[in-house]
Amino acid sequence: MSYRSILISAGFLFLFAVLGTGLVAYTYDTTAERIANNERRALLRKLNEVVDTDSYDNDIFNDVILVQSPLLGTRAPVPVYRARQDGWPVAAVLSPVAPDGYNGAIRLLVGINLDGTVTGVRVLRHQETPGLGDAIEAERSDWIRRFTGKSLNNPDLDGWKVRRDSGEFDQFTGATITPRAVVKAVRNALIYFKANRHQLFAQDPEPEQETPS
Amino acid sequence: MTSYPKLVRDGFWSNNVGLVQLLGLCPLLAVTGTFINGLGLGLATLLTLVASNTIISMIRTLVRPEVRIPVFVLVIASIVTVIELGMSAYFHELYSVLGIFIPLIVTNCSIIGRAEAFASKNTVGRAMVDGFSMGFGFLLVLVVLGAMREIIGAGTLFAQAHMMFGEAARALTYVLIEDYSGFLLAILPPGAFIGLGLLIAVKNLIDRRLERRSIRQAAPSAQIAQAT
Repeated sequence: MSYRSILISAGFLFLFAVLGTGLVAYTYDTTAERIANNERRALLRKLNEVVDTDSYDNDIFNDVILVQSPLLGTRAPVPVYRARQDGWPVAAVLSPVAPDGYNGAIRLLVGINLDGTVTGVRVLRHQETPGLGDAIEAERSDWIRRFTGKSLNNPDLDGWKVRRDSGEFDQFTGATITPRAVVKAVRNALIYFKANRHQLFAQDPEPEQETPS
Repeated sequence: MTSYPKLVRDGFWSNNVGLVQLLGLCPLLAVTGTFINGLGLGLATLLTLVASNTIISMIRTLVRPEVRIPVFVLVIASIVTVIELGMSAYFHELYSVLGIFIPLIVTNCSIIGRAEAFASKNTVGRAMVDGFSMGFGFLLVLVVLGAMREIIGAGTLFAQAHMMFGEAARALTYVLIEDYSGFLLAILPPGAFIGLGLLIAVKNLIDRRLERRSIRQAAPSAQIAQAT
């Protein structure tokens, strides 16, 4: 094969790489804003399920800090969204991980009032058995809603277990491991919140935040 | 030169990607837990096949044989990325369910297979029809398997239709069996293998019936030919 034809082939390949990349770049550019909006809306919808929309007036989506603690179930930093009313802290939404689900980690969203009561818990991501463990999803059963209003005093620390372990929370038929993991993760999130409440709200908001609170 | 009707028949039935070629099994088995998931991935694959077949047929005379495979891969990967971004922008909820399987369309061997075996040797029109019928055949298998597993596993049909057609489609969910406690096996991966196996068996059964009938029809005419 002559150098000439090798060069032509290589040039052609290069041309297609450029065209393909150009097409992808153009599509990315035209859809990026819409995708960011979608992601933002999806997360906001989840956030609003765990904190009452009327209870705060700040831009909760951007009032976020990253924290790290073994109590939150993962070594990676997890976001904490902070709800404020007239600049005063109202509630925080933690995103802990229940590392000991039946089939891998379960990512949760736990809303906690300033006084330490749970405003709501939702599952962000899980791979539990369909039909058994997935009853932790709010669309499938009411189980996850029963956390609302609970705190470390109600029930006391010993009560934060499933009934099988002589605690206060129901398990489902056929699935104990999944609820056990979720109950433990929520309890640990509450313990973490109680110990770090002041730091959680005290830290400065993100630098991008322009509106003074 | 294969005729257009034959192209369609091949894709839909006699050379079906899912049931005969058995290509693209990973997404086929993984996402068909429900009808809507199957439909979503099927449409994405169909779109990819039509677009990649058309483009590859258009450039077939330009591409030198020694670089054709990298060029095909580039074309397919670009198309799939564009579709992925589009899906994330316009069907975000469905995208969050199918998410990881959309980039996997690149690795669906049926797409590079059709590019190499058909589109690179045929006219644009033919390549388009081939891409459509192959993609539609795959879509049909995804949808049938999804519906089967959803009905047996959960007792519903068209659950979560709102992910594709908006909030109004929430009412589409059709509960076939009231108070059904579900049949876990059908939803889990083994159910996908069993379901696909059954579908292939049914297809082979129908093929054999048709074959026998055509032999029976051919036989009397042969006797007549002998007698005369």
